[in-house]
Amino acid sequence: MSAVVVSQSAGARSQRRGLVGLLWRGAPIFVLVILAAVYLTPFVWMISTSLKTLPQSTASPPVLVPNPLTFDAFPQAFERMEFLKGFANTLIYAVPSAIGTVISCSLVAYGFALIEWRGRNLVFLIVLATLMLPSQVTLIPLYVIFAKLGWINTFLPLVVPTFLASAPGTAGGAFSVFLLRQFFLGIPRDLLDAARLDGSSEFGILARIVAPLSIPALITVALLTFIDKWNDFYGPLLYLQNRDLRTLSLSMQIFQSAHQTEWPQTMAASILIALPLVAIYFAAQRKFIEGITLTGLKG
Amino acid sequence: MTAISQPPSSPLPGVSARSRRSRFRLTRAERRNLRTGLLFISPWLVGFTAFVVYPTIASLYYSFTNFKILQTPRWVGLDNYAQLTKDPLFWKSLGNTLYLTLIGAPLSVLVALGIALLLNRRQAVGIGVFRTVFYLPFVIPAVAGAVLWIFLLNPSVGLVNQILSVVGIDGPGWFYDPSWAKNGIVLLMIWSAGDVIIIYLGALQGVPRALYDAAEVDGAGPWVKLRHVTIPMVSPAILFNLITGMISAFQYFTQAYVIGNGVSHGTNDTSIGGIQNSLLMYGLHLYNNGFRYFRMGYASALAWLLLLTILVATVVLLRVSRGRVYYESER
Repeated sequence: MSAVVVSQSAGARSQRRGLVGLLWRGAPIFVLVILAAVYLTPFVWMISTSLKTLPQSTASPPVLVPNPLTFDAFPQAFERMEFLKGFANTLIYAVPSAIGTVISCSLVAYGFALIEWRGRNLVFLIVLATLMLPSQVTLIPLYVIFAKLGWINTFLPLVVPTFLASAPGTAGGAFSVFLLRQFFLGIPRDLLDAARLDGSSEFGILARIVAPLSIPALITVALLTFIDKWNDFYGPLLYLQNRDLRTLSLSMQIFQSAHQTEWPQTMAASILIALPLVAIYFAAQRKFIEGITLTGLKG
Repeated sequence: MTAISQPPSSPLPGVSARSRRSRFRLTRAERRNLRTGLLFISPWLVGFTAFVVYPTIASLYYSFTNFKILQTPRWVGLDNYAQLTKDPLFWKSLGNTLYLTLIGAPLSVLVALGIALLLNRRQAVGIGVFRTVFYLPFVIPAVAGAVLWIFLLNPSVGLVNQILSVVGIDGPGWFYDPSWAKNGIVLLMIWSAGDVIIIYLGALQGVPRALYDAAEVDGAGPWVKLRHVTIPMVSPAILFNLITGMISAFQYFTQAYVIGNGVSHGTNDTSIGGIQNSLLMYGLHLYNNGFRYFRMGYASALAWLLLLTILVATVVLLRVSRGRVYYESER
């Protein structure tokens, strides 16, 4: 009796696996495809619009494939946003920031990860606590200091903090110290002890053993900092008011001062400032994912 | 007598004396390590003092003063805080920002969790492609994303309303309609939460397979596994994303600035906060006061109130989550 029941229910289950099971297994993929299409549409529309003429960009019903197809918007946007100047300014801001963050944060992370000293855990907690501090709180006094130093309309207010492991932002100093410390903690202590016995200084150990072993983490920090600065809007808005110092993110504003928005040009400009980041992302996808995943680890 | 003279907190006198000595008196090696450690973290010590401690205290002081840049601050006590309560734009910006913290942030954290769950499949074919698609909106600069959504949500020529009209829906005015503007921002928040998805994926991949196997042995279906294995195991990541999402929503600035500026052009509305200040976020109000009207004392009061609000909100979230979040290390 019971054997029959069992075999019946097993049969029903296997049947479910056959038809409903296929649907059940297929449904998430189906939903994923739909969602991915929705998430991708803005990008498709951005590219499509940048290749349209002005009248076609606002046509109703909307036209997906530009006809006629024109690249005119790109040179126009390039010129109007003074791309080369903005690009140069962005690099002047972002490259030293990435270098400063890598140097200062690896020193600090080494001090927290590989040297045992009284109170270091407490101090490290303070580093983490600064992650929670809204940057608005320090904004005004910092502006006042930099104004008194005569640093307004220079890159110094944006770059100097990166050399002191104190840049604000999601990929700022505290975050980079945290990320590097995590990585340094994984380095075998035997290596360090052996070097210490050989009379190597701590700086020597950092430079000759720890840093070469941590190249992936150092690249991650450099990339995340570079991108953070490339995207930064608030910092340049406050400190780079001079038109000649504008970074790319600020130069987008020019497209909003027109009476009628030139959508093809505006979209072309968006592509121009987004493309380098997207290229970096595709070149170093793993680094991104690792860096971001690490952020969540302490959660 | 000796028993009475002993400090009540230390029943064992020997231990107390030793621990006190080891706390305050360091061996030579310990002292050297302390020196080296402090030397290595000295860049941060200097930066922390100059760019965090001093400005934080200074802004607290400024918040009690009447202060324009390069003038001597004049002490006014609690005047700035009293003014806050009478400032309609303060209340407006607070309401707008709470909309993002209470609706936008939780919603984007929830949608991101859903997407991460869909992405986290074993028989993953082309998962890398999907992951890239969902992460890409986070990669592009905030300014570019904001400008793109101004276009997409344009009431007449925008793609969203054009698609809606095909289905017979008369789309809302989005950023141009004060009662809909913030929903546009919420959409943008959800779309660009790629980093949150990646954090979830990391957490999901950390869930031990053995737990699922055990649940399957007990006859658990997909729903039960999700409800009783997956969600509890990734609950720390959910809490983390909720807290960071809420904190950044409180500070929402760049997109609101760009969109608010963008939609004001070509209309009679000259405010920076969108139509009828419907996009005036707290951070924007602070920026306006500090750097457009140079009311830096008032802006400092706004900043400190923001800090306290974020602190309270974080503590509340941590309290509420207590017992609902599973930490492996506590077991």
